Amino acid sequence: MKIIIIGCGKVGYALAEGLIQENHDITIIDSSAENMQGVTEELDAMPIIGNGASINTLLEAGAPDTNLLIAVTGSDELNLLCCLIAKKQWNCHTVARVRNPAYNKEIELIKSSLGISMIINPELAASAEIARLLRFPSAIKIDTFAKGRVELLKFRLLPEFKLNQITIAELPRRAKCDVLVAGVERGEEAFIPNGNFVLQDGDLLSIIASPQNAAAFFRNIGLKTNQVKSCMIVGGGTIAVYLARQLLEMKIRVVIIERNERRCHELNEYLPEATIIHGDGTNRKLLLEENLEGVESFVTLTNMDEENIMLSLFARKNSKAKLITKINRMSFDNILDQLDLGSIIYPKYITADYILQYGRAMQNSIGSNVETLYHILDNKAEALEFCILKESSIVGVPLKDLRLKRNLLLGCIHRKGKVIIPRGNDSIKVGDTVIVVTTQKGLDNIQDILEK
Amino acid sequence: MNYRIIFYIIGWVLNIEAAFMLLPILTGIVYGESALWAFVWTGVLCLAIGGSLTVKKPKRQYFYVKEGYVTVSLCWIILSVMGALPFLISGSIRHPIDALFETVSGFTTTGASILPAVEDLPKCVLLWRSFTHWIGGMGVLVFLLSLLKLAGGSHMNLMKAESPGPSVTKLLPKVHSTAKILYGIYFAITILQILVLAVSGMSLFDAITTSFGTAGTGGFGIKNDSIASYSPLIQVEVTVFMILFGVNFNVYFLLLLRKWKQAFSSEEVRWYFIIILASILFIGWNIQGIYGSFGTALRHSAFQVGSIITTTGFATTDFNCWPEVSRTILVLLMFIGACAGSTGGGIKVSRIIILLKSSRKELSQYLHPRQVKKIHMDGKPVDREIIRNINVFMVIYLLIFSFSMLALALDGTDLITNFTAIAATLNNIGPGLELVGPTGNFSLFSSPSKLVLIFDMLAGRLEIFPLLLLFVRDTWRKF
Repeated sequence: MKIIIIGCGKVGYALAEGLIQENHDITIIDSSAENMQGVTEELDAMPIIGNGASINTLLEAGAPDTNLLIAVTGSDELNLLCCLIAKKQWNCHTVARVRNPAYNKEIELIKSSLGISMIINPELAASAEIARLLRFPSAIKIDTFAKGRVELLKFRLLPEFKLNQITIAELPRRAKCDVLVAGVERGEEAFIPNGNFVLQDGDLLSIIASPQNAAAFFRNIGLKTNQVKSCMIVGGGTIAVYLARQLLEMKIRVVIIERNERRCHELNEYLPEATIIHGDGTNRKLLLEENLEGVESFVTLTNMDEENIMLSLFARKNSKAKLITKINRMSFDNILDQLDLGSIIYPKYITADYILQYGRAMQNSIGSNVETLYHILDNKAEALEFCILKESSIVGVPLKDLRLKRNLLLGCIHRKGKVIIPRGNDSIKVGDTVIVVTTQKGLDNIQDILEK
Repeated sequence: MNYRIIFYIIGWVLNIEAAFMLLPILTGIVYGESALWAFVWTGVLCLAIGGSLTVKKPKRQYFYVKEGYVTVSLCWIILSVMGALPFLISGSIRHPIDALFETVSGFTTTGASILPAVEDLPKCVLLWRSFTHWIGGMGVLVFLLSLLKLAGGSHMNLMKAESPGPSVTKLLPKVHSTAKILYGIYFAITILQILVLAVSGMSLFDAITTSFGTAGTGGFGIKNDSIASYSPLIQVEVTVFMILFGVNFNVYFLLLLRKWKQAFSSEEVRWYFIIILASILFIGWNIQGIYGSFGTALRHSAFQVGSIITTTGFATTDFNCWPEVSRTILVLLMFIGACAGSTGGGIKVSRIIILLKSSRKELSQYLHPRQVKKIHMDGKPVDREIIRNINVFMVIYLLIFSFSMLALALDGTDLITNFTAIAATLNNIGPGLELVGPTGNFSLFSSPSKLVLIFDMLAGRLEIFPLLLLFVRDTWRKF
């Protein structure tokens, strides 16, 4: 596919990286030559310096035969304008990033009246992910498939579960519950395990299950699964506002600590039910005074990664709260995993994931469709959800007879509201959605799971 | 919330209360009264509970604003409940609520009594009654702070919650030494008064109890007619000491340091004396017909004015029979109260000054909407937060007042009695007018009304906020 990305900031860059890996032709437009310098050197993409909303620039970028235009500049209005022009002029698919909360309520209207295919709000997406984690605090990361009927949950294996030195095959019997282990991370390594894989304490397990089964599984191995009742947020940015709104709707008590007094007043206007504290979140005494020790979840959303990390470590020491740490820069993610920071949220990843998902789904026109895509196992693997729309060589064949690729796992079949953990005798039918976990990136089609 | 440290401090307060019991026990031994056993048992009980709570010092000593307010409120309630036991055990007061009323009235330095005839009580019970004034006057937690060196920094919160006035100033860098100095001054003036009264012909027991009542600005008399039966000289002396205990103690500290100019420049103290002087002169002129000579009228006027504005509540005459205008002035003085940082109650002169100044500022703001103007006190600008706090204080004060009025009205007593009964308890004075006047007492109210008045007394002494925080859900929530 030919794809134009307008805006080469953090998200634009990550997006280009991801799409290039999947063999798309990428053209990047940005008005600042400085931003573009890296692109020429590091990315296999075509850089064009200019204004993305100008028709001339777009023509230069080859807009007429472009399939997809993604606008992720810093300005919402510019993004919308780029998409509008591209849509009206060349009728291509468009994705815009719109982050101003003021447009939030009108997003569907904007989408339909401007003919934009997808509007993504990174802060909203990040806050939705955090809210999901707080609803189910025992998991470090939760991804949902089949509109929430299937979940991919990541959690750390602790000694109190007494699952040390157990093989994967024994696990369902031990936990008295049908779940599938989709991946295991141990230190720097990531595995997609088979039945003989032996678990160790400290492993990060990713399991696939229905929400009910997941809850039962956690209960049986002795992990608390209650939704949190209170949440302390440090840093009152846009994510905090979206998050607090969702949490308050879930009847969770919210305390936001924000350093800027004027912002505090704004927050109080947006969120009259939340407790807004004006103060420095890195002030140890303030945190303790606001009862850090009693809080059930602690979310760090300041703009400084270092501060977020420090705060999370401090909270780990002083409370039993569920921790969520926001990290903007991903350069050091391999060290971060060794720190006990709870769940780490990369807003940039989330945005890029959403758009990549869209790109894949769009590209598919034969038989099946990538509905959802998540990077899992520290970005070493992907979990994809395919929708089986018509007959093909894999439909109706028992799974044990299919020659699947190495390091690939059929995680789950979702058929008419029922979640099936597939065994050798099951087969895929038309109308199913199938979840596949694999280390081989770039799968577009359900047939790609077979060894060629 | 750190319950461990709260219980630990409550434990220490109980230990101290047990120690305080020694004084009535000693009196009981001197006079050979059997009522002293009531104090022995209560003391043992306090020590047993307090001792068990203070055996182990809690590991986590953190102590924040919330803990401070909760501790102070709980301490005062527990202190009062334990303090009521001797009255019950000795049989001096039969009904538990009456005993609690009398004790709360003592500790909060109100001096409102439900006893019709105090002279029948054993001496040790009388002494305990007056002694509660002295303990409550400066505050038992301030006393604790002067004895105990607690680790951790935020003990100013305890003092802030217990000391009267819109803001608390530290005299010395350390809370511990500030508390010590305050109690030192308090103790010294009390001893001075005992000596002066004893030299002037009072018996030692009477001198001690009267001084305790004066020092705490309490007002429990040991005679049915309060101070009326003592010689005019003693009445004048008590007047002087009452007014002295209504002055901000910082002034005495500054005098000790020989900072004369600073001591006399306090706007609050100046206004305090101006109000007292003006009231004395006016009432003296107004009532001279009743007492024949202007001198006698002035003496009675001065005593009553001093007694009411410092919220002590002693009486030398039945001011209920005074002309309407004098009675009204006395009721107004009830609300004004003493200086901040004294042992007196009421709204406090400094709050009144700031309220008046901000009213004037508001008026001038109407004429010059864009004017920038700060309220000054003692030549320094007053922090906006303090002004806001005072405004809210006034609103809640009036709300509590109104609700109490409504609650008392259910008893069917007349409006003036109810109004002044609440004014006298919420401002920690003691006697009101009509049925609760200097010759009457509070036994006429029903038990529910007495509970309302008990709440009012505690709210008045702790200046409302700490006590109300006990009823806020956020205080008790785990998070």
